[in-house]
Amino acid sequence: MLRLNKLVKTYKTGDQALKSIDLEVPKGQVLALIGPSGAGKSTLIRCINRLVEPTGGSILLDDVDLSKLGSGALRKARREMGMIFQEYALVERLTVMENVLSGRLGYVGFWRSFLRKYPQPDVDEAFRLLDRVGLLHMADKRADELSGGQRQRVGICRALIQNPKLLLVDEPTASLDPKTSRQIMRLITELCQERGLAAIINIHDVALAQMFVPRVVGLRFGEIVYDGLPTGLTSDKLTEIYGEEDWEATIAKVDEEDEIEAAE
Amino acid sequence: MPVLEDVNGVREWRRRTTGQSLIRWFGWLIGVAVFVVCWQRISDSTTWFFVWDAPRIAEDIWTRATPPRWEYITQLGRPIWDTFNIATLGTIIALFLAVPVAFLAARNTTPSALFVRPVALLIIVATRSINSLIWALLLIAIIGPGVFAGVVAIAIRSIGFCAKLLYEAIEEIDAAQVEAITATGASRWQVMAYGIVPQIMPAFAGIAVFRWDINIRESTVLGLVGAGGIGLQLSASLNVLAWPQVSLILIVILVAVVLGEWVSAKVRGAII
Amino acid sequence: MSHRELDDMLGTKWRKPSFVPNPLLRWVLILGFIAYLIAAFMTIDVNWSRVYDGLDRGGQFIMAFAKPDFVSRAGDIWSGLLESIVMTVAASVVGILISIPIGLGAARNIAPMPIYLICRGIVAISRALQEIIVAILLVAIFGFGPLAGFLTLSFATIGFLSKLLAEDIESMDRVQAEAIRASGARWTQWINYGVQPQVMPRLVGLSMYRIDINFRESAILGLVGAGGIGATLNTAFDRYEYDTAAAILLLIIGIVMALEYLSGIIRARVQ
Repeated sequence: MLRLNKLVKTYKTGDQALKSIDLEVPKGQVLALIGPSGAGKSTLIRCINRLVEPTGGSILLDDVDLSKLGSGALRKARREMGMIFQEYALVERLTVMENVLSGRLGYVGFWRSFLRKYPQPDVDEAFRLLDRVGLLHMADKRADELSGGQRQRVGICRALIQNPKLLLVDEPTASLDPKTSRQIMRLITELCQERGLAAIINIHDVALAQMFVPRVVGLRFGEIVYDGLPTGLTSDKLTEIYGEEDWEATIAKVDEEDEIEAAE
Repeated sequence: MPVLEDVNGVREWRRRTTGQSLIRWFGWLIGVAVFVVCWQRISDSTTWFFVWDAPRIAEDIWTRATPPRWEYITQLGRPIWDTFNIATLGTIIALFLAVPVAFLAARNTTPSALFVRPVALLIIVATRSINSLIWALLLIAIIGPGVFAGVVAIAIRSIGFCAKLLYEAIEEIDAAQVEAITATGASRWQVMAYGIVPQIMPAFAGIAVFRWDINIRESTVLGLVGAGGIGLQLSASLNVLAWPQVSLILIVILVAVVLGEWVSAKVRGAII
Repeated sequence: MSHRELDDMLGTKWRKPSFVPNPLLRWVLILGFIAYLIAAFMTIDVNWSRVYDGLDRGGQFIMAFAKPDFVSRAGDIWSGLLESIVMTVAASVVGILISIPIGLGAARNIAPMPIYLICRGIVAISRALQEIIVAILLVAIFGFGPLAGFLTLSFATIGFLSKLLAEDIESMDRVQAEAIRASGARWTQWINYGVQPQVMPRLVGLSMYRIDINFRESAILGLVGAGGIGATLNTAFDRYEYDTAAAILLLIIGIVMALEYLSGIIRARVQ
């Protein structure tokens, strides 16, 4: 469904963030993107919906090359891709409901959105999504009154109300505590399953990635150095991705944490 | 902060090296010299006889000005209303004009950093550098004396001030929130309405009230050059040396200024 | 709407909660504001034909900016500008020097109560009186000339700087100051070592800002006879010499810009 061909991004400073990335994501597959800071994970995700302009290569979403679209067509294409952010990136001074409905901005005209007169089906869908993530009673609270985990749930609703084919998820758990992180990851993967969505999840917590996703892609210096099952991430592979370090503890921790989870 | 060693090998700590000290002293010397020259010029163009006479004159004015002519207050109703209108309408007009200028001047929202931004910055500097009294003078020469000239003068003077503070607020917004709205496929205007405007609303409200407070002050004196408001009465009373009226008007202005500051502080406190 | 079920809410309209929740109060506020605007506009009574005639002169004036006349009144402009600068420099120096002790006295955490009240009183008076009114009074007392302007600007500087300096001292880090006091320093040493280093950068920044303001204000003091470029400017307007007025305004804008640029550099260096 999504195919990246020889995707290249070179920043103005001359830093090569992505060196010819080839990646294929089939419909409904959830994939974790791991790698050290500065490996280009964030750039890769932002190149797909062109928040960052790629320098070369092509991005095919259902055979449409996103990299060649003009601004109007790009906005239409962006509606197909929901994005979830690290620091939630909710508009803090708007209410929860407005934040969720802002996911429909690509579908409604300016004055409708400006006057907050969304079509009733959109409003109903927003209610349903908020109910699904357990925040219906918070609908009229302002976003900055929410806790981190609650904000991320609202961020998920905002991405899903776009009715996307693909979720782009940028470090969804980086600002959350371990328990909330798991809840959020579980929620994202469950929702993807329910709706048959594909997702690319940027994540630096290897253990967490291994717990929830069927496919892991490892990125190092803008190149893919691992692509396979989470169980295939051996100590050697991790060294290849992140550099020399004692990995036994990380791998062992996965099992341990699984047991804790099971016990809960 | 160097540690020096003298001929006997005794180590000595000083705050600055000899060179640094010399430069500093030289700097101070020039500063003092400049000040003395300035003072000399002021002193040259002063009639010192009047200055030595000043305490007597001050006392004279004081005895003439007290007690204030309280019954004159009945004639001040309309001028006070005019003054209030000049400040309020001037602020409202200025805000309407300052918003687009601010968006054109902010680095992250300007359509062209090369062509549009310098023009916006020029508008800001030009309107800000010139006092509202001078704008009033200019407008009176163009459109004639009256309240309208005062409103326009206050409006023009406030554009630069409001636009400067506002564009600084726009440049400080959280880019992630804007990015998130962009990623939903929102249009340029929608990104502005959802991603940027909510973030700058508190700053905007604060600036509006702050500037209104300043404008209350400034509008009380615009009448001195003929631009309406209570300053007209002040100017007229001064011309006929009606000191009891002058003192009353000064009291009224003082009360208006203090009230304006109080309201502005209350509103800003409520926003933040 | 605490804990309503999803089924109840589906199909209902959603409205953004209003800024003023009480609808009656909201409408009173909106209507009151509109009523005020109408009343205000009614009482302005603009003489539109006069405004229309004026547009022509306005056009001339804007054109004058394209060809400002620095030459024909060069002598007046030069002496007025010099007087403005002289007043600015002298008043800034004196104002800053006086506002430091008053600022110290107006800081609640280092000054004893009686001194605090006196200093706050001075600050309040200075801030409540606008420059131009002070200038009128001082011209009446001291006669025409730059001395009145100099005194006005010094007085205004004291109110402005002392207040901000006092606020800065009140919000400084107490631990650093206490450490100096714990070493047995006397009051003056304590100020010098514990307080001064903390507030110095901001004092320099504020002083630069005040010099900027003083120059701008010095341009209007001439209107009431307190010296500076304002008198020249006023004459130029009275005689409809727009090209000379434009030249003066351009000079003021240029100097203000230069001062802002300079203060930006200095503030960057001390911070």
